[in-house]
Amino acid sequence: MPATFPPPAHGRPPTLPNPPDRAGPPRVERTLVQRNLAWARANLFAGPWNTLLTLLVVLLLLWTVPALLDWAVLDATMAPADIALCMERGGACWAMLQDTWRMILFGPYPPAEHWRPALAVSLFASLVVASLVPALWARAGGRRLLLAVWPPALLVLVALMHGGVAGLAVVETRLWGGLPLTVILASVGIAFAFLLSLALALGRQSSMPVVRIVCIAYIELMRGVPLITLLLMASILLPLTLPPDVTIHPYLRAQLAFILFFAAYMAEAVRGGLQAIPKGQYAAAKAMGLSYWQSMTRVILPQVLRMIIPSMVNIFISAFKDTSLVIVISMLDLLGTAKAATSNPDWWGLFIEPFTFISAIYLVVCSAMSWYSRLLERRYGTAGAHD
Amino acid sequence: MSTAVRRDRLPAEASAAAPALPAFWRRPRPRRLFWQFLLIVLLTAALGWLAGNVQSNLERSRLAFGFDFLDDASKFFMGPNPYGYAPGDTVLDAFLAGIVNTIRVSALSIVLTTVLGTLLALMRLSRNWLVAQVAWLYVETMRNIPLLLQILFWHAILTHLLPNAREAWKPADDVYLSRKGLYLPDLVVEQGLTAALLALLGAGIAAWLLRRHAIRRRERVGHPGRLRWLGPALIVLLPPLAFLAAGGSLGLDRPSARGLGFEGGRWVSPEFVALLFALTIYQSAFAAETIRSGILGVRKGQIEAARSLGLKPSLVFRKIVMPQALRIIVPPLTSQYLSLTKQSSLAVAIGYPDVVRVSVAITSDTGRAVECIAIIMAVYLTLSLLTSLAMSVFNRRIAFVEK
Repeated sequence: MPATFPPPAHGRPPTLPNPPDRAGPPRVERTLVQRNLAWARANLFAGPWNTLLTLLVVLLLLWTVPALLDWAVLDATMAPADIALCMERGGACWAMLQDTWRMILFGPYPPAEHWRPALAVSLFASLVVASLVPALWARAGGRRLLLAVWPPALLVLVALMHGGVAGLAVVETRLWGGLPLTVILASVGIAFAFLLSLALALGRQSSMPVVRIVCIAYIELMRGVPLITLLLMASILLPLTLPPDVTIHPYLRAQLAFILFFAAYMAEAVRGGLQAIPKGQYAAAKAMGLSYWQSMTRVILPQVLRMIIPSMVNIFISAFKDTSLVIVISMLDLLGTAKAATSNPDWWGLFIEPFTFISAIYLVVCSAMSWYSRLLERRYGTAGAHD
Repeated sequence: MSTAVRRDRLPAEASAAAPALPAFWRRPRPRRLFWQFLLIVLLTAALGWLAGNVQSNLERSRLAFGFDFLDDASKFFMGPNPYGYAPGDTVLDAFLAGIVNTIRVSALSIVLTTVLGTLLALMRLSRNWLVAQVAWLYVETMRNIPLLLQILFWHAILTHLLPNAREAWKPADDVYLSRKGLYLPDLVVEQGLTAALLALLGAGIAAWLLRRHAIRRRERVGHPGRLRWLGPALIVLLPPLAFLAAGGSLGLDRPSARGLGFEGGRWVSPEFVALLFALTIYQSAFAAETIRSGILGVRKGQIEAARSLGLKPSLVFRKIVMPQALRIIVPPLTSQYLSLTKQSSLAVAIGYPDVVRVSVAITSDTGRAVECIAIIMAVYLTLSLLTSLAMSVFNRRIAFVEK
C-alpha cells in the first residue's frame, strides 16, 4: 500500500473533497467589508494551521518582493550608462538591454534593415492571431478567406526577410537570427510535423502489417531518443549520408530534425484521439459507403482534431520552447543571441538582464498558447482527459 | 486496433455475391499487398542509398565502420567522477563514465522532482488562497521558460556570481563554495562497511517479514500486535552496531586550497548543480500538474464514504485518496521521468560530462560520428525501455488493488 506519501504539510488534507470555495459563503445581504472579511476568513485564516501558512507566505513575500523591486526598479540603471555605473548601483542594468535589445531580437541581421524582420514577425503574429479567432475558422467562408490570405502572406514574409524584390537589399539566410529564426523554426516545424503526424497515426492504426510496423518503429525510435541527438545527427551524420557534392543548408537540417522529432509526439496525440472515437462513427461512415479516405477526412479526423486540441497545444508549446536547442549546433536563435549578448565586451558579466528579457518573450508566447487552448476546451467542452 | 482495420472486407464480400469480380487491381487483397510491397521497396532503396553514401564517404576519409576504437586510449578530460574515469583510459571507459553521470543526475533529479512536484500539487490544492496562488505562479512561470534557458541561467549564476576560488566562501569549516564548485569534506569509511551493509540488508529483510506478519495478524484478529516499532528500529540501529562491532572507523577527507583550486574532499561541480536545479525546477512544474489532476481525479464519493466511516482526514488521504490517485498519476509521470532523463542531455550546452557530451567530444577526437551516434541512441533506448519496464511493474502492483 502506498502509505509512503507524506500526509499534507499542513494539518488538513488539502485534497479534501471540494475544490476550495473561493466564492465565499452563500450570499446574504452584507457590506463589501463584511464580504471581504468573510472571504479572508474562509480562504486565509481558516484555523490555526491555515493562519500560520498565510503568515509564512506573507513573510516570504515581504522578504522577496521588496528585494526584487529594489533590483528591478529602484536600484536599476537606465541608459545613458555604462557597465561601471551599473555595477556601482547594483541593481538591474536595463541600460544594457537598451543597448543590445535589437541585436538580441534580430541577431546578425544587418541593423539598417531591422525593420524588415520586425515587420515580418509582427505580420506573422497578427496573421496567426487573426486565424485563431474561432468565428473565422469555424465557418466555411472564414476558412476560404484564410486559405486565400495565407499563401500570398507567406510570400510577402519571405520577400521581406530575404529581400531581392521591390528594391529590398538581399539578406542571406545565414544572417537570419534571433526571434525570426525561433518563429520560423517553430512554425514551419509545427506545420510540417502536424501533416506527417497524421500520416503516422493513421499508419499506426492501419490494417496493413508492414505499414503498421514501420510507423510503430519510427514513432518509438523518435520518442526514445533526446531531441539533441537528432539535432547532432542532422548536423554531423546527415552530411555523411549524402553524396559529397550535395550540401544541405544548416537551417534546413535543423528544421528537418524538428519535423521528424515532433511528428512522432504529435502522432501519439492523434492516435489517442483516433482511439477515443466511438466505433459507431467508423461503422456509420462505412455504412454510408464512404471510402477509407473519405471517412477519415470527413468523419473521423474532424472529430479527432477537436478532441486532441489540449494535448496538441502542449506539444506546440514544447516545440516552441525546444527550438532553443539549436544553440547546441551553433545556430543563433533567440536564446543564442541572448547568450551572445552575455559575452558582449561592453557589458561583460551581465547575463540576468538578457535572460530575463527573452524569458519574458517565451513566457508570453507560451502562456498565450495555453490560454487559447483552455479557451477552446471550454468552448467545445472537450475535457483533456486522455493524453 | 480500431474498426478501420476491417474496411476492405465489405467490398470483398459484396463482390463475392456479385456475378462479375472487379478488375484485379481494384480488389482489396492485391491492393494491400501492392502498397506494402511498395513501402518495403522504397524504404529499402532509401536506406540502402544512405548507407551506400555513408560507406563511400567513410572510405574517402579512410575510416572504416566498427567499434574497435572503443579500446583506444581517450584524451577526453573529465573531472572527478563516480565512475573513476581519467584521461588515458579507454574510450569505452569514457562512455561508461558518461552513462553513469547521466544516470546520476537524472536519478537525483527524479527524486527531487517527485518531492517538489507533490509539494506544489498539494499547495495548489490548498484551501489557503495565498498558498495556492504562489504555487500557481511558480508552475505557470517555470513550465513556460525553456529548460535550456534555465540551465544556462543557473550555470551563469554559479560561474559568474560566486567568488573566485581564492576568495571562496566558507559557510563552515572545510566547506568551500566558489566558481570552481562546492568542495565538501568526504566521509571515508576505513573498515566495517561490508558489515554495516550486510546488517542493513538483514534488518531490511527482518523488518519486511515483521511487517507482513503484522498485516496478517491484523487481518486475523484486528490488531497488528505491539511489535510494530521493531522493524524500523532494526533498520536504524542494526547497521551502526554492526559497524562498531566490526571495528569500523570513519575518516574525513578534507579539501584544501591548492594553487588556483582545491584538492581532496568531495567535489560538486557547478555544471552538475546547474543541471540538477534547472531539471528539477522545470520538471516539478509539470509533475505538480500531473499529480494535481490525479488527486482531483479521485471520485468525490470515495472521500465522502471514507469520512462517513469515521476515518481521520490524514487516513482518508493516505488510504483512500492516494492509492487511487496514484493509479491515474503513475503512467503520465513515467513518461515525464523518461523525458527528464532524455532532457538531461542538454548538459552538453554547459559541459557537464554526460553521455552526449562524451560522445560529441569523442566524435571530434576520432571522427567516428556514426558509431558515436549509434551508441547514444542505444543508451537512451535502453534507458527508456528499462524505465518503462520498471514503471509498468509498479503500475501493475498498484493497479491490482481494483477488484
